[in-house]
Amino acid sequence: MNAPRTPAADPLHQPAPHESAHLHVRGSALYVDDLPDPPGCLIARAVTSPLAHGRLRALDLRAARATPGVIRVLTAADIPGHNAIGPVVQDEPVLAADLLSFVGQPFALILATSLEAADAAAALVVAEIDPLPAILSIAEALDAGSFLTAPHTICRGAPGAAIDEAPLRVEGSLATGGQDHFYLETQAALVLLEESGSFRVLSSTQHPSEVQREVAGVLGLPSAMVSCEVPRLGGGFGGKESQASGTACLAALGAWATGRPVRMRLRRGEDMRQTGKRHPFWARYRAGFSAEGDLLGLEVELWSDGGATLDLSGAVMDRALFHIDNACFVPALRFVGQVCRTNLPSNTAFRGFGGPQGVAVMQAVLDHAAEVHGFEPLALLRRNLYGGPGRDRAPYGQQVQNNHLHTIIDKLAADADYAGRCAAAAAFNAQSPHRKRGVALHPVKFGISFTKSFLNQAGALVLLYTDGSAQLNHGGTEMGQGLHTKLAAVLAHELGLDPAAVRVMRTSTEKVPNTSPTAASSGTDLNGAAVQDACQTLRARLTPLAATLLGCPVERVRYGGGGVYDAETGARVTHKTLFSKAWMERISLAATGYYATPGIAYDADQGQGTPFYYYAYGAAIAEVELCGLTGEHRLRRVDILHDAGNPLVPTIDVGQVEGAFAQGLGWLTTEELRWDGAGRLLTAGPSTYKIPTAGDLPLALHVALLEGAENPGVVGGSKAVGEPPFMHALAVVSALRRAVAAFGNPGAQVQLRLPATGEALLDAVDAARGGPLL
Amino acid sequence: MTTPTAAAPPSLSADALCFTLNGELERPQSWAPTTTLLSYLRATGRTGSKEGCAEGDCGACAVAIADNSAEGPIFRATNSCILLLGSLHGRAVLTVEGLTQAGEAAHPAQAAMVAALGSQCGYCTPGFVMSLVEATYRPTLAAPGWRREDQLAGNLCRCTGYRPIREALDAVAGSRPADRFAAALCSPAPAAALHVVRDGERFDQPATLDEALALRAADPAARVVAGATDLGLEVTLKGRRWPALLSLEAIAALRGAWVEGQTLVVGATTRLADLEDATEHSIPALHRMLRYFGARAIKSRGTIGGNLCTASPIGDLAPVMLALGAELVAARVSGTRSIPADDFWTGYRSTALTPDELLTHIRVPLPGPRAHQAAFKLSRRRELDISTVAAAFHLELDASGRVERARLAYGGMGPRPLRARGAEDALVGATFDESSVRAAAAALEAELRPLSDHRGSASYRMRVAKNLLLGFLLERQKDGLRAGAAALDLRHTGTLALDAAPGARP
Repeated sequence: MNAPRTPAADPLHQPAPHESAHLHVRGSALYVDDLPDPPGCLIARAVTSPLAHGRLRALDLRAARATPGVIRVLTAADIPGHNAIGPVVQDEPVLAADLLSFVGQPFALILATSLEAADAAAALVVAEIDPLPAILSIAEALDAGSFLTAPHTICRGAPGAAIDEAPLRVEGSLATGGQDHFYLETQAALVLLEESGSFRVLSSTQHPSEVQREVAGVLGLPSAMVSCEVPRLGGGFGGKESQASGTACLAALGAWATGRPVRMRLRRGEDMRQTGKRHPFWARYRAGFSAEGDLLGLEVELWSDGGATLDLSGAVMDRALFHIDNACFVPALRFVGQVCRTNLPSNTAFRGFGGPQGVAVMQAVLDHAAEVHGFEPLALLRRNLYGGPGRDRAPYGQQVQNNHLHTIIDKLAADADYAGRCAAAAAFNAQSPHRKRGVALHPVKFGISFTKSFLNQAGALVLLYTDGSAQLNHGGTEMGQGLHTKLAAVLAHELGLDPAAVRVMRTSTEKVPNTSPTAASSGTDLNGAAVQDACQTLRARLTPLAATLLGCPVERVRYGGGGVYDAETGARVTHKTLFSKAWMERISLAATGYYATPGIAYDADQGQGTPFYYYAYGAAIAEVELCGLTGEHRLRRVDILHDAGNPLVPTIDVGQVEGAFAQGLGWLTTEELRWDGAGRLLTAGPSTYKIPTAGDLPLALHVALLEGAENPGVVGGSKAVGEPPFMHALAVVSALRRAVAAFGNPGAQVQLRLPATGEALLDAVDAARGGPLL
Repeated sequence: MTTPTAAAPPSLSADALCFTLNGELERPQSWAPTTTLLSYLRATGRTGSKEGCAEGDCGACAVAIADNSAEGPIFRATNSCILLLGSLHGRAVLTVEGLTQAGEAAHPAQAAMVAALGSQCGYCTPGFVMSLVEATYRPTLAAPGWRREDQLAGNLCRCTGYRPIREALDAVAGSRPADRFAAALCSPAPAAALHVVRDGERFDQPATLDEALALRAADPAARVVAGATDLGLEVTLKGRRWPALLSLEAIAALRGAWVEGQTLVVGATTRLADLEDATEHSIPALHRMLRYFGARAIKSRGTIGGNLCTASPIGDLAPVMLALGAELVAARVSGTRSIPADDFWTGYRSTALTPDELLTHIRVPLPGPRAHQAAFKLSRRRELDISTVAAAFHLELDASGRVERARLAYGGMGPRPLRARGAEDALVGATFDESSVRAAAAALEAELRPLSDHRGSASYRMRVAKNLLLGFLLERQKDGLRAGAAALDLRHTGTLALDAAPGARP
């Protein structure tokens, strides 16, 4: 924030550290639970259902209320407004009144002066619950006909006939597991009372506008009486898109009922038990291929476990269906998807939003076909990629434009020596009875836009001060992804400011209203364009004044290098001079900006439309080594080539690619959610739920961004990069399948379930070699 | 400018808790024997240290404690979430807030994290920074190797994929700048005696074994605590409190490992990290188990006695003690006795110790010239995990390669750590080869009854238990591995380092 002494370089497209890194490393970056206690602040904790399904018959709260330090114990009856929240359909009670739908569902709220007092009181709550039969898996839901949505169908041509008549066929099923977000900062909110009965909610949320709307609804207030602010998030990954609202609403209810500020932060076990996760999916597929390996037809049925309420499950299923094709053109197809209702916490957004579960199906189909019909996997993939005449329409009719798949795959396969390393792995395997290696390439094509088209809008508010500094407000939230870093670079670029003169403010519904969640990888595309729009407004006001100050025509005014200058003479004025002169001239130094993505629409009834503004592409090659005695494996090397357009801040984008890969790796290998037969989560902490550690990532992890991939129509020619690289981790699954296959005879399908834990891999190896070793 | 002096606070008394926090004396007024350092820090406005899990499994709460170690004085990165405040009496603690004072440039560990883009959401970052601070001043980290690899195993990051954090580690590891922190490290203050009663709860931290035994005799119901890496979880996850805690933290005589004749004698509160160093060359099998035992931050607090006395059915060191034929020395006011490892674990989470006894030492025989030993830990995740199956094997072979004596021990295969005597019998008298391994595996099938749980099914455990015996044979056949864990590739594939190359020595 110091005035620049030397003209600063344009920060756009330049490497840069994270804008808050200097605070992170000092421990001075403030998260919601780091904010100091306001006077009189109470702690809230929920009392939750011990049963997966039941009817709450009676509740005795006398002992809990009598506990020292307890101020109030609230139930559904105390809620002044609507006891129903939800991002699409409001089908989720804040406190269950009668029906309990999953283990961990809150039905009472304790407000106390300390967490210890709240815990003591919670143990004294007596709830009489009549148990009801519970549905705890997709299989049980299918048996019971328990669904949250109607089937969504995407269809082209006559796939049944195409498959039946195909020379080669594969048929099978694939189950992909859930995944806990395991953001290091659990769900948290702090609610302050302000004058006239209004509330200020500080929330760790990806969607402050939704928190504002839900809190207002629960308290029976107009939205204008509730503000939501987001200091920053200690990780979100989708888990705080819709599900930050529950914690915020409970804290707000407590503040309303007691007239005191209330803090609520879920402990790790509470967070893991009470909140939803990535959707487990089950897929059945049937595919037909020509003798040469051309995919002729594909039928896929998808079911997901939506949990107890709808949440975002419909849109997650839509995106899964939109991504079954992944990088491959499918001439004839029928994809059907339906969300199951179970008695588990409501599953929700998680990086990729169903896309990974869809992409995994095409991978399973191709791997299966390669294994049983003897195709070289990369050759099979290349035959079926999008591209060439008549091979550029996605299943839902959208044209696959600016297709970089061939460029990326060719370059990656050459640079990482795919062929040479496959041969080396085969040679290693021939002399190694108990360890086998596998090498595989996996492509990604990922559609960018919220598939609910109305969400593709954003706003910004730029405030300039007479000393030449600027505050940037926008509708997105910073959760580590570097959004603030990128948008500060956009603002500095547009107005020629030194990035040090730009301060990005905490996200607030008071600055930018009616925002969309920071999700769907869209944060930079949408909010960046809104910032650009605000800057254009400011430039339109300031440029005539600058021209006067510089003594040149407006066409020659340029913004850059920490000042404003005449493109012909190089004469400069500082921002301080320009902004203070504008103030004297009574020219407004504040502007809003707005953006709505053009040209996208989707008709779910027809299964046709243009749901995406564009596609992001990439590919990964993974090499693994698998131990046939224990099922353990080691990632030897990973190479990723990813298309991030012309990256706004390349160092940030590389971090997104690496981090997404690691998270995908966890989903596919070490992270396994286990419930007992009564719907209680057994893996509710890091001692039992294992996200990757530093040692799980390969020492040789090579990430490169595709060069010369300018993306027209997006801020700075960039591309969304949050989610697409998550799916690069699927390369590890194909590599593992190849290593498993090396334990057996050629031509057999690898029987590997996901996640590919040591046990799953040893089972697969034992199946491949026809039984246990000993 | 204040210096985080590591020397003992000047006015240390045994009836009021006092420690050095970022160079300043800290005299907590409001605390209980079960108060953790993290909860104290955050309640007093030091919110740089974060709670990610409250069970020592993520490292977001890490602080650094000046301490002596086998490699000299170091800052030990430690999980503050399960560290009892009372155990800090007399010691010097450094938190992330203490790394940079007003007007000071960032500490090299901080600067390296910024430069490498090692932080994204930033929530885990203070903990990583404290691990990097430990790395900065560790003399053994100057060269790459397993110690450097192990440094970050206790810190979880969900954003970055770790590559940039490893880069930051490589930038600072072993660099030992001559700064105020290095100056403060010269003589780390040990924990001091403390005897207090807080709200009716007693906390006794005696400085001598005699005092501890007297306290044990006076109140056998008092809960004994050493590193608190297990007890801390009972506090944070279950809200447990105790009328009386007996902390062994300040008894210097119970710490350390030394060789007496053909035996390694280990003090019961020797930190696992120090034992790992002490056994690298003397007992490679024990060292290898310790490498994968847990994260360094846990090994820097956890003690061998604590691990053995919690009597977990898995407890990674118990099978090693069984296989290596260790003896456990227990003391009470009236004297000491030696308990063979075979008799120490009596059932699920129970031991042969009487309520007035304390485990004081463990005597581990050094491997003789004919001994062949190995210890394996199989877990869902290689680093920072609890065993699915732990195994330790000891064979003595005669000149012809026949097995004279066999001790095979497993964890995770029953209600307590146990010997597989049927499998041992199958090996004794036979040549150690694939055929005798098959016979031993068949015996394992008959004598072990593992459970299925979220770590693995009974079938998986049984197959692994058998396959590890084969792995033991194969490793022995592979040259270069007899030297033990130090000879393992840095990132070998999982538990075993395998494959006899064709033509390898049988």
